[in-house]
Amino acid sequence: MKRLTIAALPCLAFVAACSPSSKGVDQTGQSPTLPEQASALLPAIAIAPPEAWGNDLPTVPAGYTITAIAKDLKIPRQMLVLPNGDILVAEGSGGHAPTLRPKDLIAGLIKAQGKSPVTGGDRITLLRDANGDGQTDLQTTFISGLDAPYGLAFVNGAIYVANQGDLLRFPYADGATNIAAPGQKVTALPAVINHHWTKSLAASADGSKLYVGIGSNSNIGERGMDAEEDRAVIWEIDPATGTNRVFASGIRNPTALAFDPWQRQLWAVANERDELGPELVPDYLTSVREGGFYGWPYSYYGQTVDPRVHPQKPDMVAKAIKPDYALGSHVAALGLTFASNGGMGGAFAEGAFVGEHGSWNRSDRSGYKVVFVPFKGGRPAGKPVDFVTGFLADGKARGRPVGVFYDAPRGALLVADDVANTVWRITRTGQPTRTSNPENPVL
Amino acid sequence: MPESGVHAAAPASPLHAILLAFPVALYPSALISDITYLQTSVVQWTNFSQWLIAGADLFAGLLLAWTIASLLFGRARHARGRGKATLIVVAVMFVLGIINALQHSKDGWASVGTTGLILSIACTILAIVAAFLVHSRTIVREVRP
Repeated sequence: MKRLTIAALPCLAFVAACSPSSKGVDQTGQSPTLPEQASALLPAIAIAPPEAWGNDLPTVPAGYTITAIAKDLKIPRQMLVLPNGDILVAEGSGGHAPTLRPKDLIAGLIKAQGKSPVTGGDRITLLRDANGDGQTDLQTTFISGLDAPYGLAFVNGAIYVANQGDLLRFPYADGATNIAAPGQKVTALPAVINHHWTKSLAASADGSKLYVGIGSNSNIGERGMDAEEDRAVIWEIDPATGTNRVFASGIRNPTALAFDPWQRQLWAVANERDELGPELVPDYLTSVREGGFYGWPYSYYGQTVDPRVHPQKPDMVAKAIKPDYALGSHVAALGLTFASNGGMGGAFAEGAFVGEHGSWNRSDRSGYKVVFVPFKGGRPAGKPVDFVTGFLADGKARGRPVGVFYDAPRGALLVADDVANTVWRITRTGQPTRTSNPENPVL
Repeated sequence: MPESGVHAAAPASPLHAILLAFPVALYPSALISDITYLQTSVVQWTNFSQWLIAGADLFAGLLLAWTIASLLFGRARHARGRGKATLIVVAVMFVLGIINALQHSKDGWASVGTTGLILSIACTILAIVAAFLVHSRTIVREVRP
């Protein structure tokens, strides 16, 4: 039996070497530190199981107040504020990727531990504050019968909803609290497998074009490159005709899109690849160049080659654009919204809020907060500043931020939380709850 | 009371032989599938390998339990030298098989590589060696009147 023990030793050593912890290198800002690739036999996993908030609230900086304005939602993701101040919340959970490998089976069971047990609502909920006190007076189902809705846009009097498999248009009458009419299909969206199912949505300033973020069908091409046709791209769609084209590519999972208020340029937050170590690859925020290729799957942050893709394509690697701004590895950025014209005031006047859903695949958890990326002259300037924190407590997740939306006319930031099934609203303490400021148009 | 004479019995019970048959069939299949993946880069081959290795590991684990039990309580205690050799081969095969499953669970081209190929070769050889050790002997008992 002694020899059996000796034979088992290398196995134990492997397992011990399998949970590398991050070394705390700086991975935010314009030039993140990118460590060497580390490939562990057992990837590190640290799930934060859900826990109730009780009487606690997420933490916001001094001078700000946070309140829950909607509870008992069914997996809230992205939000939209209509011109009359009504808030729309897309609720749902998509993806129907088949179990292809023994690993998919095991990973699915593990990841489910960190999610809300609630079934996705497949609907849009409307939240109305009738008297302007910041509280919700009406919470009602606005559109039902959807299929994992995620991206929302309001363009020329119509509401656009990006389901996991198609883009729908709903006619909207001012003040409506329910749309019973079936949506008009603008175009089908790539939905085969749908490993990354979320379809983020943004409209150009003049409303003539819609942009849909379509995530990759794998971590790093392990379902074969045939499955990656029209994946890891941002589509530009003509809402009038439904015609589409690839606007930018190589963006692994563009989970939120928004136009900046300064130069009216398209920006995306994207989730980068896994299993190269706890500090690879940082998720990012970037302006999206027309025709740009951002590396996935062949390389990341410009020309750092990923050896897991075969055959490799050096010509594509050479073309890869380095993203503008790193947010940190595995933070799972899912929300993006801009604030300008004084924004939320103080350190949060000019820049982008980013919702970070939080990691599950490194031993020390990252993300689980909303950060603010300060901008100057339409470009990121400086390190991200924590804005909403406290989602983690003793290794449990009381909430996980998804979509964020800056409600400019009312000076409020909205945060969707898909573990607490809550929408949070943050305002400056003591500010008039409803400020009519024509200088602050809804973006 | 058995009849007098010389009795020959198969050393492995049918159940033991069935458990052993899985690693013997599945590890070499995974090796062939690995080689095909390395030659074609078509991911379905590494997916095949992963299921083949997972199946082989499952039965290798059961086989290991059987081998230990049989060494302690069963027929193998009549042939302890060989029984121990079998145990070591099966144990090493199982451990390498588990490491190989983890290696193969890496994504994309990293799933096989030199490490995966070497581990698949090692498991294949060990499975065949285990089969020879178990099946190429008979237990002969003489019962005298």
